[in-house]
Amino acid sequence: MYTQAIDLMGSTPGQRAGADATAGDAGREEAFDARVAADRKIEPQDWMPEAYRRTLVRQISQHAHSEVVGMLPEGNWITRAPSLRRKAILLAKVQDEGGHGLYLYAAAETLNASRDDMIGALLSGKAKYSSIFNYPTPTWADVGCIGWLVDGAAIMNQVPLCRCSYGPYARAMIRICKEESFHQRQGFESMLALCNGTPEQKRMAQEAFERWWWPVLMMFGPSDAESVHSAQTMKWGIKRLSNDELRQRFVDATVPQAQLLGLTIPDPDLKWNEATGHWDYGTIEWSEFWRVVNGDGPCNRERAAMRQRAHDNGQWVRDAANAHAAKQAVRAQGVAA
Amino acid sequence: MTEAPKPVAASAARPDQWPLWEVFVRSRQGLEHKHCGSVHATDAAMALRMARDVYTRRQEGVSLWVVPSTAITASVDEDADPFFDPAADKIYRHPTFYVLPDDVGHM
Repeated sequence: MYTQAIDLMGSTPGQRAGADATAGDAGREEAFDARVAADRKIEPQDWMPEAYRRTLVRQISQHAHSEVVGMLPEGNWITRAPSLRRKAILLAKVQDEGGHGLYLYAAAETLNASRDDMIGALLSGKAKYSSIFNYPTPTWADVGCIGWLVDGAAIMNQVPLCRCSYGPYARAMIRICKEESFHQRQGFESMLALCNGTPEQKRMAQEAFERWWWPVLMMFGPSDAESVHSAQTMKWGIKRLSNDELRQRFVDATVPQAQLLGLTIPDPDLKWNEATGHWDYGTIEWSEFWRVVNGDGPCNRERAAMRQRAHDNGQWVRDAANAHAAKQAVRAQGVAA
Repeated sequence: MTEAPKPVAASAARPDQWPLWEVFVRSRQGLEHKHCGSVHATDAAMALRMARDVYTRRQEGVSLWVVPSTAITASVDEDADPFFDPAADKIYRHPTFYVLPDDVGHM
C-alpha cells in the first residue's frame, strides 16, 4: 500500500537526483535524523539513508514471509478441525495471515523492493522468516497454542511497530494488530475448551503448551546484550522496545493466563519477583534458537518444500490470468482500431 | 548511502510484474471512498476481486475503486511547505476570524 508507483509532478528520477545533489548527503541525513527524532513519519518519497532502507526491506520482507509461512502449520489442521465452528474460525485466521503477508509485501514494495524478488528469495531459502513456524503441530491443541501464544507474542512485538518511523510499515501494522486480536482470543478460547474438557483433552493442552512455551519466548530474539542491530534500529525509530523488555511483558501477561487455564508452565525457575513487580523466568536455550534459525529446526525443510509446492500449484492460475489479460488487451486494440 | 528511493512506476521498472493498483474503499453508504492499500493484478476486474479479498474481509466496505498506480500524480512532499504556503496567511477564510457582537446569536 502507499505505492512507490505514483507519478510525482515534474520529477523524474533523474531530475530529482539533480535537485537533491545541491543539498548534499550530510544535510539530507541531518534533516532525516531530525525528522525521526521529532517522531515524524518517513514516507516513500522522502530521502532516507540507504542503510535505513535496506534494514526496513529486510525486516518488512521477513515479516511478510513469516505471515505466509505461518499459514502452513495451521493450514495443516483445517480439514481436521474438531467442529464446523472451529474450522470456519481457523480458515478465517489463515486467510488473515495471507492478507497480512500482502499488506507487508506492499509496504516493502514502497521501498523499491520487488514482490517477485522477495517471493523468489523465500522460495530459494535465501530469505529468513520467524523460526517459530519451523515447529510442528502434532495435535489440535498445538493449533490453540499458536493462536494464544504465538499470536500473543506477535501482538506484543507488533503494537510498538505501529509507531515505527516508516509510514507505510506503521500503517500496515495498525491494520494487522486490529485483526490479530481475534487470532489470540480464538486460540485462548480453544485452549479453554480443552482445559475444561476430558482428562485426555487437558493432558493434550498441557503437552502442547510445554512444546510451545520456550520457542515462543525465543520469538522475541536474542537478549539485548547479544542483539547487534538493536541500537541502530532504535535510533531510527524502527524498534521502540528492546527484545528483553518485550519478552518480559509477554511473560508477565501470559503467566496469569496459563494459571487461569490451569496449565503448568514448564520452567522450574519461574517465580514472582516482589521487588521488580515482574515474573522471573529461567535461562533460554539459545543454542536451540540458533540451530532453528540456521535451518536445522524440526520442520525447516518441510515448510520450504510445502511453500514451493503451493507456489507451483498456483502457476496455472497466474498463467491463466496472464493469458486472459493478453486476450483482453488484443480485443481492446481491435475495438479501438 | 547515495540512493534515495526513486519514485518510478513499478510496472515500467519491472515489466515482468503484474501492474500495481491503488485501492479505495467506501466504508458506508453516504461516505467518501478512502485509500486503503494496493494490490497487484493483471487487469481491473482481477484487481477488484483481489481488493475485496484483501481489504474487506470484515465488511469494511460497500464499494471499491481500483486505479492503476501509475495514473496517480502526487505533490512532492519535500516541496510541501512552499506548495501549500499561499493558504497559510489567509486566516480571514475562516469564520472564527470575524468577531461579532454576542447579540447576533448563532451565525
